[in-house]
Amino acid sequence: MKIHIKNGRLIDPASKTDKPLDVFVAAGRIVGVGDTPAGFEASSVLDAGGCVVCPGLVDLSARLREPGFEYRATLESEMAAAAAGGVTRLACPPDTDPVLDEPGLVEMLTHRARLPEFAHVHPVGALTTQLEGKALTEMAELAEAGCVAFGQANRAVVDTQVLLRAMMYAATFDFPVWLQAQDPFLARKGVAHDGEVAARLGLVGIPVAAETIALATILQLARETGARVHVTRVSSAAGVEMITAARAAGIGVTCDVAIHHLHLCENDVGFFNAHARLDPPLRSTGDRDALRKALASGAINALCSDHTPVDDDGKQTPFDEAEVGATGLELLLPLTLKWAREMKLPMVTALARVTSDPARILGVDAGCLKVGAPADICVFDPVADYLVSREALKSQGKNTPFLGYAFPGRVRYTLIDGHLAFDGTLS
Amino acid sequence: MSVMNTGGNPQLNRHGELKHLLTIEGLPREVLTRILDTAAPFTEVAEREVKKLPLLRGKSVFNLFFENSTRTRTTFEIAAKRLSADVINLNISTSSANKGETLLDTVDNLAAMQADMFVVRHASSGAPYLIAQHLAATDRDHIHVVNAGDGRHAHPTQGLLDMYTIRHYKKDFTQLTVAIVGDVLHSRVARSQIHALNILGVPEIRVIAPKTLLPTGVERLGVRVFNDMREGLRGVDVVMMLRLQNERMQGALLPSTQEFFKSWGLTPEKLALAKPDAIVMHPGPMNRGVEIDSAVADGKQAVILPQVTFGIAVRMAVMAMLGGN
Amino acid sequence: MPAPQLPDAEALCTALIEAMRPHVDPAVTALVGIHTGGVWVAERLHAALGLKIPPGSIDVSFHRDDYHQRGLHANTRTSQIPFDVEGAHIVIVDDVLYTGRTIRAAMNELFDYGRPARVDLAVLSDRGGRELPVAPTWCPHALTLPAAQMLALERADDARLSFRLMEK
Repeated sequence: MKIHIKNGRLIDPASKTDKPLDVFVAAGRIVGVGDTPAGFEASSVLDAGGCVVCPGLVDLSARLREPGFEYRATLESEMAAAAAGGVTRLACPPDTDPVLDEPGLVEMLTHRARLPEFAHVHPVGALTTQLEGKALTEMAELAEAGCVAFGQANRAVVDTQVLLRAMMYAATFDFPVWLQAQDPFLARKGVAHDGEVAARLGLVGIPVAAETIALATILQLARETGARVHVTRVSSAAGVEMITAARAAGIGVTCDVAIHHLHLCENDVGFFNAHARLDPPLRSTGDRDALRKALASGAINALCSDHTPVDDDGKQTPFDEAEVGATGLELLLPLTLKWAREMKLPMVTALARVTSDPARILGVDAGCLKVGAPADICVFDPVADYLVSREALKSQGKNTPFLGYAFPGRVRYTLIDGHLAFDGTLS
Repeated sequence: MSVMNTGGNPQLNRHGELKHLLTIEGLPREVLTRILDTAAPFTEVAEREVKKLPLLRGKSVFNLFFENSTRTRTTFEIAAKRLSADVINLNISTSSANKGETLLDTVDNLAAMQADMFVVRHASSGAPYLIAQHLAATDRDHIHVVNAGDGRHAHPTQGLLDMYTIRHYKKDFTQLTVAIVGDVLHSRVARSQIHALNILGVPEIRVIAPKTLLPTGVERLGVRVFNDMREGLRGVDVVMMLRLQNERMQGALLPSTQEFFKSWGLTPEKLALAKPDAIVMHPGPMNRGVEIDSAVADGKQAVILPQVTFGIAVRMAVMAMLGGN
Repeated sequence: MPAPQLPDAEALCTALIEAMRPHVDPAVTALVGIHTGGVWVAERLHAALGLKIPPGSIDVSFHRDDYHQRGLHANTRTSQIPFDVEGAHIVIVDDVLYTGRTIRAAMNELFDYGRPARVDLAVLSDRGGRELPVAPTWCPHALTLPAAQMLALERADDARLSFRLMEK
């Protein structure tokens, strides 16, 4: 299959390119950018007129709900969502059921995900067995099975000695350690940011100190162990500040933020909107503004969807009983563009945070449009509206606080290894 | 991104009239005042030979109590019965909730039994909102929801009866200094009182509590914070005491009831710092010797029993207004 | 249609007083006015007839039969019956008699206080349009008005009573 993507505006953040260039794909790889390679004869031509042609999006956190939670979502439904969202590569956290703490489970997942129209799946293995924070997993074996990093999803390792040793062990193999910073004691029973809205609504608050205290521990242990630490889902201005300072002090730490925390704040809980029940909680407007700036400057390295499909029953409960999380794979691109517009960022900078930068964190040679790279490509219309509705969402999870909103940024084509995984002109 | 709520304030209909009573927050002053005005004639019904009015005759009021509270349930039951409604009491904490039925399943079942009004008590903040939104989303908007206390969020009828009591004794809200004392953090009553007092134009609302019993950012609800009770009570017209639950001694919020009483219990000596004609209120049930001294609870300045009486009238007024809107 | 001649409310008060005088016992008869016009008339009657028992007032909001269509009346006032209704001779007083529904509600309200021995009805004017079998005991004036019009009693600062015709 030889594909010619023509008339598009090519944006490749890795090479800081933003100009009208055609792309040529053969045998699953990019074989030419700009001029037609010698002897290239397209078997298929995709018209990208009025569209941006960029690397397929790389999402650092998408829950596929397999194994264990197939009633909430299946690999099929969520992979369709990824393709529709222009996401061609994603990392999935280990909080499945059973937990991704055994090589066999990881192999099964990657095997199941190996269909041409499916995005590349990079499992994050469990750092501790059952995510219980007590015993180490067989990290080397898990890495062989396909894990790119080790983490705890959003569960804490309470015992700091275990955390120290887990990071030491991971550092032995130079495996990245992905950790969410939230002190479980300060977050106990908490369901919302400990601020004005929680005070008003009578919700149990999670103070910013829950993040900064956990971060202090993680950063100190990163310094001690030399482990490659990636902090997931930073939520506060103070948290960003600590990470920036740690980096200045020579600790090689990276971090990401979720789309929801970039656009929403505690006020969006409104009248107990369970769709805004997220982990970490949506914080103050000041925190949100700091996150937006830090992502623009690169202090926050990547933007992810934190895709978490939840069935309706999980959200149609009182706020404090609702399951946490929001669907996001199909919102990653429009919300990236929205942020870029509002921050007056060049699109090439904004798209770096969802392509080349997260690819670097994953440690994969992808997220770029250079010749020889896998043909993971997203073609999107930057002005056409994407209307967020239950019907439009391909994900089985219809749970998002953005339901009913329309945002510019509509995917026209998604190519995964040169295979046309999504064709938006058909719908 | 600007605030994105799911719909507007769901308790008012498009004419600005009360459809549900979910919280006092955001109620226009006219609506709040009208409830108090409407409650006045209902107080007198209790003195008649026939203590019953026909307003809700043929209507079914379901008391949905997902959290036990005999006292609150009884006052709602009396109020509904005095309006001639059929009252069905359901203590759901002991039935379906344990069988795995969801809150909305329960609501759907009862709505199918031709309910006209749900009086809801729930341990989760916002549960009555969920019910109201669900009824709206399923075209059963004619069923009214009254919040009888949800988590730490709101207890609007208690807030209203407290305002009725204050107005009864003090007439004008706009010259008052009111102190709310005790466990504000866990108190739905305190939140409703604070909103009501602000809406009615009380110029100074004080909260008096140790830092462990105050929500973060409470001052942004429009109150002055005092940790020292003596300082906070100086010159106040109204002292509103809150109930201190015994379980607060766990979880490192307080060392002991004795120490709490010493610092924040209302004694005659501390009450003497308030204005000589200050009134003392308490939502009940009282913990004598924990938040209030018996000498104060039974003293001349206490209006705790009138609060209970007014509570029936206020709940009748709320139900009568909802039932007619 | 030409505007009907409006009756003189003061003259009707005098006529009503004279009509009632032979039938009332100042020591026994009690008056209850219906808010708001009926209360004004009851005060007049009470003074002129020299009744001993203080007059009561009734607000019919709690017994209105249009509650389910129109909701609770916005300015509901407290009924005040300063005497024992049980066994009393009571005259319900209103300004204008129309459908009879207000009188029905007033009687219901009254009976919530006890069982009177006898209830009479005194009004200044009967404008027709009855929807219930209600008839006044004393009524010095009658006219027929279309349903779109309303006859309302007003009281000036000097306590003079007058009628005004209003479009609904």
